[in-house]
Amino acid sequence: MIRELQGRIWKLGDDIDTDIIIPTQYLAINTVEEMKQYAFSPLRKELAGLIQNGDVIVAGKNFGCGSSREQAPEIIAALGIKCIIAKSFARIFFRNGINNGLLLIEAADVYDNCSEGDTVQVKLNEHITCNGKTYAIGKFPDNLLSIIEHGGLVKSMIRKNSGARR
Amino acid sequence: MGMTISEKILAMAAGQGTVRPGNIVTAKVNWRMSNDVTTHLTIDMFENKLREKKIYDADSVVFIVDHNIPAENEKTAKVHQVMRRFAGQHNIKLHEGDGICHQIMLETYVQPGNLVLGADSHTCSYGALGAFGTGVGCADFLYAMATGTTWMMVPETIKFDLKGRFPEGVYARDLMLKIIGTIGANGANYQAMEFSGEALRHFSIDDRIVLCNLAVEAGAKTGIMEPDDLVTEYLKENRDMNPGGLYFKSDKDAIYRKSYTFDLNRLEPVIARPDHVDDVVAVSECLGIKIDQGFIGSCNNGRIEEMRITAGILKGKKVHPDVRLLIAPASKRVYLQALAEGLIDIFMDSGAMVMNPNCSVCWGSCQGVIGENEVLLSTGTRNFKGRAGHATSKVYLASAATVAVSAIRGVISDPRDCPPVVIPAHPSSRLRPVIPGAPVIPGLTRDPLISANTKGDCGSEPAMTDRK
Repeated sequence: MIRELQGRIWKLGDDIDTDIIIPTQYLAINTVEEMKQYAFSPLRKELAGLIQNGDVIVAGKNFGCGSSREQAPEIIAALGIKCIIAKSFARIFFRNGINNGLLLIEAADVYDNCSEGDTVQVKLNEHITCNGKTYAIGKFPDNLLSIIEHGGLVKSMIRKNSGARR
Repeated sequence: MGMTISEKILAMAAGQGTVRPGNIVTAKVNWRMSNDVTTHLTIDMFENKLREKKIYDADSVVFIVDHNIPAENEKTAKVHQVMRRFAGQHNIKLHEGDGICHQIMLETYVQPGNLVLGADSHTCSYGALGAFGTGVGCADFLYAMATGTTWMMVPETIKFDLKGRFPEGVYARDLMLKIIGTIGANGANYQAMEFSGEALRHFSIDDRIVLCNLAVEAGAKTGIMEPDDLVTEYLKENRDMNPGGLYFKSDKDAIYRKSYTFDLNRLEPVIARPDHVDDVVAVSECLGIKIDQGFIGSCNNGRIEEMRITAGILKGKKVHPDVRLLIAPASKRVYLQALAEGLIDIFMDSGAMVMNPNCSVCWGSCQGVIGENEVLLSTGTRNFKGRAGHATSKVYLASAATVAVSAIRGVISDPRDCPPVVIPAHPSSRLRPVIPGAPVIPGLTRDPLISANTKGDCGSEPAMTDRK
C-alpha cells in the first residue's frame, strides 16, 4: 500500500508536452530502455541521465499536454520517477500516467515554493511537505490508487483476471 | 435538469437514463481505433501479458497505418509487420495507405451518437458528425479492445456560440486557433467543447471537423456539435451502406460550465507562434518572417476544401525558390477528388511536392523533417518545441491560405493579399465523380467566399498595407 514517499525534486515548467517528454523520432520499436535517455531532450538534454530512482518531478500547469502516446509516461516511470506533482495535468496524460503506475497529484502551491534539488515528502490523502511548509491534498480516488499500486492498468487487469469480461 | 449532447451519448453508452458531470461510468464503446504510433505496444501487451486473449467484437476495431507510411526505416517497417500479422490473425480491419486515421474514420465508420475511443489524441474530431470521440493511450485501448468498454468520467461542457460569417481570407482554422488562443492550452481541460450557434448553419462538414479536431489542444476531452441534415448528406455521399446513427441534441435546460460567444465577422487571419498552440496572434504581427518549409495537410486541414483554396492561390504562381512546400491530402478519397478537379496539376506546376495521404510533416518524424534553425509554417495540429525536426527549429501554425501565400513569397504573409481564384475544370481531368453518384464539386462547401484575383501579382514583396 503506498502511503508515503519521499524524493529529490526535478523542477519543470508549464505546458511540458509529449514532444518534449519523448520526441517522435525515437518512438518506433525502440525499447523503453533505449528511449529513456532522450526524455526531455529538447528542453534539457542532460536531465534523463541525472534522474535517479525515487526522484519526484514538480511541474507547473498542463503537464503532459499533447499526444496520447503512452510512451511518454512509460519512459518517465522507467527513469525511476514514482510521483509527479503538478499544478495541473493534461487529461490523456493523467489516464496514461495512472495506467503506468505513476502517482499523479495536482497541488497548486508546491511548485511556487520549492527549488530543484529540494526533498519533498508525500503522505497520500493528507499532505505534501517541502522546505518546512505543508500543503493539504485531497483524497486520491481508490480505484485509481488500486491501479497504481498494482503497477499499472494491465497488471491490474491480470490480477483481477478480467481480460475479457465486464 | 436536461443533458447536453455529450451527456446523452455517454448515458446511452453506459446504459443509464441520465448522467451528470463528475459521474464515473462504464461505457460501451462503438468503435475502437488504433494507429501505428502505439498499436504495436497494445499488441505486445495483449500477447505477452493477458491471460485471456480475447477481442470483444473485432468488427468494430480498426487499425490504421498513417503516421509512418511508407515506413522510413526498419523499425517502423517492423511496427507495420506486427500490425498486419495481428490484424490478419484476428480479422481486424486494417487500412494502410488510405490516409490519416481520423479522416478514414469520418469517411467510413463513425455515426452520429457513437462513442469512439482512439489511440490518438485527435479522436475528438468525430464530434463534427455528432459523435463523442476521445483519445486514450495503449493500455486503455487494450482494455477497450478486450472488453468493449472503458471507464469514463462524464465531463462538464463548455458552450461556444458562433455568430456571423467568415470574412474573406478567414477560415475555420483561424477561428479554432483564435478560440484556443483565447481560452488557453488547458482552458477546456477535461471538458467537452460544444460548438453551436447560427454560424454553424453555413459551415461545411470540413469546417466542422477543423473545429472539433483541435479541441484537444485546449485540453478538452472532446469537441462536439449537434448533427443535422448536412451530416446526413455527408454520410450518404461517403458511405456504402445506409447512414444510420442517433441524432442527439442538447436539451434547452442543459447545464453548461461556461459559455463563450465568438463573432466570426470580427475575425482576421491568425497564427500560432512557436512553441505553443495557444500563443495566437494576428498574422499581421508575424509578417515578413522568412520560412523554409510550408506544409498543407494533416487531420486538421488536409481535406478537399483546403486543397481547393491552396490550388486557387497557387494557380499560375511558383513556390519561392527558398521554400519547400509539401502538400499531403488527408485521404485517398481527397487525393482522388483533387486529381479529378485538376488541383494536383496546379500543385505540381507551382513546384510544390505532393505526398501520399498520411500525417506527414505534422508528425515530424518521417517526411519533411526540418533542420537546425529552420522555420516551418504548417496547417498541422501542434507546434511544440522540436516537433518538426531539430530542437532549434520553429513551427508556426496557420490556415492553408496563409501557408500557400507565404510559400509563394518566402515569408509569412497575409492571405488576404492573394485571394484564391475559382478553379475551372481542368481540361485533362476526367470529371468523373470520385464517389459514385456524388457531384464532382459537391454542394457541401459553404458559400465560396472566393473571388477572382484582381490584385495583380502576389508573388512580389508582401504588401505591408494597413489593414485596420
